[in-house]
Amino acid sequence: MMLATVPLHHPDPAWRGRVTAMAIAVILLWPMLVASEFKPWILLDAQSLKATWHFLGSFVPPAHSREFLLMILAAAWQTIAIATAGLALALLGAIPLTLLATASLSVSLMESGHMRLASIFVRQAARWLLVLLRSVPELVWALLFVRIVGLGPTAGVLAIALTYSGMLGKVYAEILESSEAHATESLLKNGSGRLSALLYGALPEAAAELVSYTTFRWECAIRGSVMMGFVGAGGIGQRMDESMKMLAGDEVSAMLIIFVLLVACADLVSAFLRKRLG
Amino acid sequence: MNRQRPPPTIELATVMLLAGLLALVCASFFSLTIKWGELFTADALRSSLEFLKGFAPPELAWSFLTKIAQGTLETLSMSALGTGIAFVSGIALALPASGRFGVAARPCTRLMLNILRSIPELVWAVILLIAVGLGPFAGTLALAVHTTGVLGRLFADALENLPAAPETTLRINGATPMTAFVYAALPQVLPQLMSYTLYRWENNIRAAAILGVVGAGGLGQMLKYHLSLFQMQQAASIIIAMLLMIAVVDGVSFWLRRKLTGN
Repeated sequence: MMLATVPLHHPDPAWRGRVTAMAIAVILLWPMLVASEFKPWILLDAQSLKATWHFLGSFVPPAHSREFLLMILAAAWQTIAIATAGLALALLGAIPLTLLATASLSVSLMESGHMRLASIFVRQAARWLLVLLRSVPELVWALLFVRIVGLGPTAGVLAIALTYSGMLGKVYAEILESSEAHATESLLKNGSGRLSALLYGALPEAAAELVSYTTFRWECAIRGSVMMGFVGAGGIGQRMDESMKMLAGDEVSAMLIIFVLLVACADLVSAFLRKRLG
Repeated sequence: MNRQRPPPTIELATVMLLAGLLALVCASFFSLTIKWGELFTADALRSSLEFLKGFAPPELAWSFLTKIAQGTLETLSMSALGTGIAFVSGIALALPASGRFGVAARPCTRLMLNILRSIPELVWAVILLIAVGLGPFAGTLALAVHTTGVLGRLFADALENLPAAPETTLRINGATPMTAFVYAALPQVLPQLMSYTLYRWENNIRAAAILGVVGAGGLGQMLKYHLSLFQMQQAASIIIAMLLMIAVVDGVSFWLRRKLTGN
């Protein structure tokens, strides 16, 4: 008789909390679903299914005519070149800003225990400039530069240069500040200049980390330069945008393959560089 | 004897590598034919200044601000839903990718996750626009697809690195594979999965803000719209809203991380 009253499932001691959490999640989810116009049934709509099917059907075989492949290779090289040139310019901007922003290279802080007012001001200004540069997404920089310098790779190079000098400057300063400060301090205390303290004290400690972060960013820059092509900043992204607008599925699929290969190669090269230089 | 150490030598291979990098940089600059001359002429500078002046003052009319608030809400919803979908499908794909459904399923699923991951959100958005049309739904799906690739791979690695004993014990005692996973593996690994997911959500908020430039909803779509009409003051307000949103998200995540790690 007792057995009959035992419920089939074990009672869950935490069921109140779980049910409340579920209810809150649903209440929060509802406005989100409305705001993002979440209508999955669109995917199954006959017309859109037909369009999708047609587009995906034209993916195979990928376009492989000779001149198309040559064009794609040129565009892929342009993408790499935009990323590399942009990163090189970003380094030109990031290194001086790093020198300004790094607190462990402060002479006045070390001598008197607090920074001079002017140094504080310059250091904070450099930091805020870095924050501003990297908070504006690269794609937005690219959109603006396309308006100023016109369509083409120049906009992409400038956008990468600005965003990445902000990112590199911030992370470089953090790396330099968190690495062992003893050598730098001794050099500065014995009267060496800031630049030689950096070169002989701080850099040898932090070089591996700096190099590996830079190669990681190069990899990101390649992905970024593909995306910026979609707003008209040159490279393989711009070609993909054009093919997509013409619904040329075979060209799109060929470019996607090239793109995946490109990212994989960048991955390998950057892993190799990190091992070799780090 | 205090023999002096020889000065450090640089290996030939390193020299070659550095020379190669330098050559890559030079080749990039040469092949791009950037017209530096045109960038820094007085004329170009004047027109850039003119362009920048157009941004001030940012549009602050009440009706426009409510539109921006709507765009921000749309962006946040896109990122949250996209990440939520990716969390569920990431776990679903991590099961075969961590070798729980046989030896053959593992490399196949991993290859699929790699492909999903290596195509950026923006490219997915452009492809999905054809299937679902303009608007935030395409952006949500694009975020979900790309993030599934990222999270699925991270989840699979986390599941593979778990100590196998609890799950094996349940299996030996007759539990089905799914029961063993739900009661042994999942509770151990859930905190790690949640922290990966929250981190990706933070990334996705930033990504959702710009996805719109190809027409996939959110603040980006507004920005693109007003920029193409040369309404610079409206564009300025939208950029400021984006910056504020990103700053708030950064601040909240920094604060949460400090709270959670107890520093």
